[in-house]
Amino acid sequence: MKKQAKKHTNDVILESATSFITFIIFLFAVYLFFAGHYTPGGGFIGGLVTSSALVLILLAYDIKTLRRILPFDYKWITALGMLIAVLTASGALVFNVPFFTHAHDYFNLPLFGKTSLHTAMLFDLGVYLVVVGVTMTIIQTIGESD
Amino acid sequence: MSVMHGAILLPILISLFIPLLAKRIPTIHTGWFVLVVPVLLVSYFSRFLPGTMSGETYTARMPWLPSLGIDFVTYLDGLGLLFALLITGIGSLVVLYSIFYLDAKKESLGTFYVYLLMFMTAMLGVVLSDNMVVLYLFWELTSISSFLLIAYWYERERSRYGAQKSMLITVFGGLAMLGGIAILSTLSGSLSIRETYASLASIQGEPFFTVALVLFLLAAFTKSAQFPFHIWLPDAMEAPTPVSAYLHSATMVKAGLYLVARFSPIFADESLWFYLVSSVGIFTLFWGSLNAVKQHDLKGILAYSTISQLGLIMSLLGLGAAALHVDVLDDGLYTIATVAAIFHLINHATFKGSLFMMAGIVDHETGTRDIRKLGGLAQLMPISMTIAMIGTLSMAGIPPFNGFLSKEMFLTGVLEVSGSDLFNLPSYGWIIPVLAVVGSIFTFVYSILIVRKTFFGKRQDDQLPKTPHEAPIGMLIPPLVLVSLVVIIGLFPNLLSNTLIRPAVEAILPQVVDAGGKIDVHITMWHGFKLEFFLTLLIFTVGFILYKTLPRWQSLYNRMPRAISLNHQYDALLRRGEQTSTRIHDTVMTGYMRSYLVYIFGFIVILILTALYGFDAFRFAVDPISSIHAYEIILALVLVSSALSITFARSRLTSIILLGVTGYTVALFFVLFRAPDLALTQLVIETVSVALFLLVFYRLPEISRKEERIPFKLGNALISALVGLTVTLVALASLSQRSFASIAKYYIDNVADLAAGGNMVNVILVDFRGFDTLFEIAVLALAGIGIFTMIKFRRTGGMDK
Repeated sequence: MKKQAKKHTNDVILESATSFITFIIFLFAVYLFFAGHYTPGGGFIGGLVTSSALVLILLAYDIKTLRRILPFDYKWITALGMLIAVLTASGALVFNVPFFTHAHDYFNLPLFGKTSLHTAMLFDLGVYLVVVGVTMTIIQTIGESD
Repeated sequence: MSVMHGAILLPILISLFIPLLAKRIPTIHTGWFVLVVPVLLVSYFSRFLPGTMSGETYTARMPWLPSLGIDFVTYLDGLGLLFALLITGIGSLVVLYSIFYLDAKKESLGTFYVYLLMFMTAMLGVVLSDNMVVLYLFWELTSISSFLLIAYWYERERSRYGAQKSMLITVFGGLAMLGGIAILSTLSGSLSIRETYASLASIQGEPFFTVALVLFLLAAFTKSAQFPFHIWLPDAMEAPTPVSAYLHSATMVKAGLYLVARFSPIFADESLWFYLVSSVGIFTLFWGSLNAVKQHDLKGILAYSTISQLGLIMSLLGLGAAALHVDVLDDGLYTIATVAAIFHLINHATFKGSLFMMAGIVDHETGTRDIRKLGGLAQLMPISMTIAMIGTLSMAGIPPFNGFLSKEMFLTGVLEVSGSDLFNLPSYGWIIPVLAVVGSIFTFVYSILIVRKTFFGKRQDDQLPKTPHEAPIGMLIPPLVLVSLVVIIGLFPNLLSNTLIRPAVEAILPQVVDAGGKIDVHITMWHGFKLEFFLTLLIFTVGFILYKTLPRWQSLYNRMPRAISLNHQYDALLRRGEQTSTRIHDTVMTGYMRSYLVYIFGFIVILILTALYGFDAFRFAVDPISSIHAYEIILALVLVSSALSITFARSRLTSIILLGVTGYTVALFFVLFRAPDLALTQLVIETVSVALFLLVFYRLPEISRKEERIPFKLGNALISALVGLTVTLVALASLSQRSFASIAKYYIDNVADLAAGGNMVNVILVDFRGFDTLFEIAVLALAGIGIFTMIKFRRTGGMDK
């Protein structure tokens, strides 16, 4: 129990590495999330990778620092994710098609060129947020319980 | 999605915002916002009146699960519209009443109105759905919202008891109906009520048809509190009075009547239907009125009175089925029972609604509903007394109020059927009018009782918790509106005959309409000196005598042995059920994770091995197995040895590391077998879970393996070996016999076309099997919340000693 009291490890190499590695992991997570529809990736993996980035911050610093950087209540993020997922699924009902019918089309966006946009992506965003929310809720509550 | 769907779902959608409103704008009573909803709906539904009067019906379809034939199809005809208007009309009055009844400071209004609006949607859904599964869904939603409303004051033990009772009984009936729906739709091949009716000729002779009939009636009887299922309704009176007025007298309990009316076209040809519906109804009328007299609680009297009145309407619906069994259709004699049923249903909603509100006013202003403590309130509460007078006189069937008219028609209907020679009835057909008359006599007695004991006699101010005075005007308006309806309908009954009654009756008896029979609804106050008239005189005289002599025979009620009372039986059944489940629980749920794992794995092994044996599936072909590379063997060896070593690990750190090794090895297998998505997920999960372990590492107790005996270890080893063996067998068996084409082909062909995606795994996750994913993330979210609350509770000392 004594070791636990010493929260801050003060590991300079880990800390400075973390500060830019986190960004890389996070960008990779974003890439995975968007790439999901065509190559390996998607909301679930993207969410897990994002939380692994957050866990890295947590290990290098401590829970309070993570809290300061990202002052979210992760339970709300879980709820937001569920809401987005359910609303995407039920949005189909407004257009008189069965629950969970997805729609997609191609658009010419500036910078990206011809891009396909899916409602499946919105649903995936819900999955992403739930995964991040749940993992971080669990890790934070366990980490904080002392 | 049409406007009608919107109208049905409007209340439940609005209810999402109610807690927010209640929290943010506490200065204004939330009820004022809620009131808008039913008022809007009343005006929406009344626009259909001219249409249904000329026999039109309105349908709209919203696909839901088209592949299973389950679509949200709304169907509005005369019957549906009548109920929709009742639900929204009485709903508006009840919400207005509740604004003054429920104190904004003391009560949690947010939850109350959420439940109420939820109920409104459920009820509208029941009466406007054509698809039976959708009907069932809304049906159970009425049970659930009723449960929540009865338990609104959940700190009270009686409220919880009443809520549980109503839930157990009505949900039991609902499940019976689900069985009936399954049978009926299997027979007819359709879930639509109208289509089932259309294919009636081909399904009527089927042996299971009568089973479905009985199952549907179970649902209707439990919901409408018919004998012997009526015991839940008096206990439901623990709900706040606006709820009693709304759910337990005017709308929800009438859902059972609606069900009987709606399915009459399908079932009424069976003589069993006629017998069951009319006899259960008439006995409920008799039993309810008999028991109402012995109650001391105002709401208790009204509850039993509601039971008996529901029985009256139920019996009329049953008797109305006789119309289908006689050839002479045009004289309208047999349809009169159905007309009377619908007419009395409307009348009952008006007078019973106002009486419940009156009871609420008395309770609110005096602090008690016990008629032994009340008395002499006439001078203090003249308006409430007027309401009570009109309501009870109508209920007792005294002219010129509307209850008189429908009761006369009830007697006509009863006499008509008992005098006919249907189904060899005359031999004991006399029972029906006798029970009807006796029930009516007791109705007369308790009607006088309510007014007399509450408003006349001696005042007992020392008995009352509060100083009585007249209620605020807002609380009086809703019952006043209802009693004015009582008077207006009583004086001008034919306002309703063509607008509401005839369209509804035509919907109940389409066979009569199809055969060219005319349904002629003309209600008159004076029939001439016929048998009905003399029966009414008899009811009044005997009722009056019985009332005068009440103290002398009231003790007879105590003679009934408690052991045979239905409530006693119910309680005993519940207690036995609880004891048995506690016993089972205590032996099975040991609280050790390892016991549960033993159950789970043992069950899986038994199930799969039996299935494999039963289907003679122990077949293994080696040729479809592709060649095995050396590095695969090495990986497999690493996997097996790390898994084995976990069982021998002495420290937790070693276990964690070895577990990590197995995880990463599996991920490597995924890479080798070209499943990058899985590999990626597995790798990240391994990483995150190792981090999690690190976080909790110091807090875990040391591994102690001392208390584990050898037999225990051997047992575990046996089970794990069996699980491994089973999985291997399944894998080999599934490899060697391919009965079906692989489903992968479908996805390979359609991923690009249907979902415009490239990554099959992800497209399956979010599109083809999106429902799975939705529930998976729901489970994930639940797990997260579960862990959060468990740990938080432990920290605050909520759970830990």
